[in-house]
Amino acid sequence: MITDADAFRRGVREAAGVPAATLAAGYLGFGALTAGNGLPIAGAVFSTLTLWAMPAQLILIEMHAAGAAMLALVLSVVLSSARFLPMTVSLMPSLRHERHPGWQYYVAAHLLSITGWTMAMTRFPDIPVARRLPWFFGFTSVCLAAGTLATLAGYVIADSLTPLAKLGLVFIAPMYYLLVMLTGMRDRLAALSITAGAIAGPLAWMLSPDWSVLAGGIAGGSLAYAIDRVLRDRRLRGV
Amino acid sequence: MSEFTLVVLACAVITYAWRGLGVALAKGLDVNGELFRWVSCVAFAMIAGLLSRIILLPTGALASTGFAERLLASACALAAYFLLTRRNLFVGVSAGAGALVALEMLLR
Repeated sequence: MITDADAFRRGVREAAGVPAATLAAGYLGFGALTAGNGLPIAGAVFSTLTLWAMPAQLILIEMHAAGAAMLALVLSVVLSSARFLPMTVSLMPSLRHERHPGWQYYVAAHLLSITGWTMAMTRFPDIPVARRLPWFFGFTSVCLAAGTLATLAGYVIADSLTPLAKLGLVFIAPMYYLLVMLTGMRDRLAALSITAGAIAGPLAWMLSPDWSVLAGGIAGGSLAYAIDRVLRDRRLRGV
Repeated sequence: MSEFTLVVLACAVITYAWRGLGVALAKGLDVNGELFRWVSCVAFAMIAGLLSRIILLPTGALASTGFAERLLASACALAAYFLLTRRNLFVGVSAGAGALVALEMLLR
């Protein structure tokens, strides 16, 4: 039987490699993009530490740099981060054990990201239920530390590079999340949403940069939802 | 505290509210219902829309790059990630960023 400390160390070891390095590459780009948008470094690092959600962070820095209305920005982040609710709900049953005090789950909820969630779902069957929370703390705190340090590094490096080299670094963040997003495109509903969103986003931007993320997302997402629903109903009726 | 830090703080509170709500409501909540399907569609569409807008109509430092250069560089990232490697994020991201710098150097 392994102890809590063993499980924590195991989580740390499993994160300190490809998972942390991959996240670091993405957040290096995020730091550089924030510098490219002319926003302050403290806010960039602070956003990784406190939001720990790349899509919401990208929305935040792009909309803030474009001078969007506060209400539009806040509503966009509300909708973007709503995906954490089903993620947390689906994680909790496999994390819960009577040994743990309740507040620890609320800490775990903050450390959760798509990397930690995917890894937890893969690894949990092999970890005793009582040791999953310490494993999760070990794994996700390394990820968060790597992301936060990389944000700082990306910002500092971008500011010291020649304009041409800086472009490469700034381009990392959109490329990184483009690939992450397409990897997460597992079913028809996601494929429809991404396609409709990719078209609606720039169109909405041309109409109103302020509201484009929110309006394009709601329009594209609702269209994708409606198309999927029609296709589902048809299959149910056997047409 | 700068205005940007305040905005970050507001977004952090919002994001954490969803996470905390997930812990509090974990029992007795149907996350496979129609409302969550729609929310997931909107979340996907928002980030897809933002990324395509950054690539097609960028602001900030990327605004100085050419339209064709950005599209070609994005194609390089996709090809390196999906076709040339088994979904290696490092290779994909480096190919995209490297291609953009190379194209800007050659064509400008």
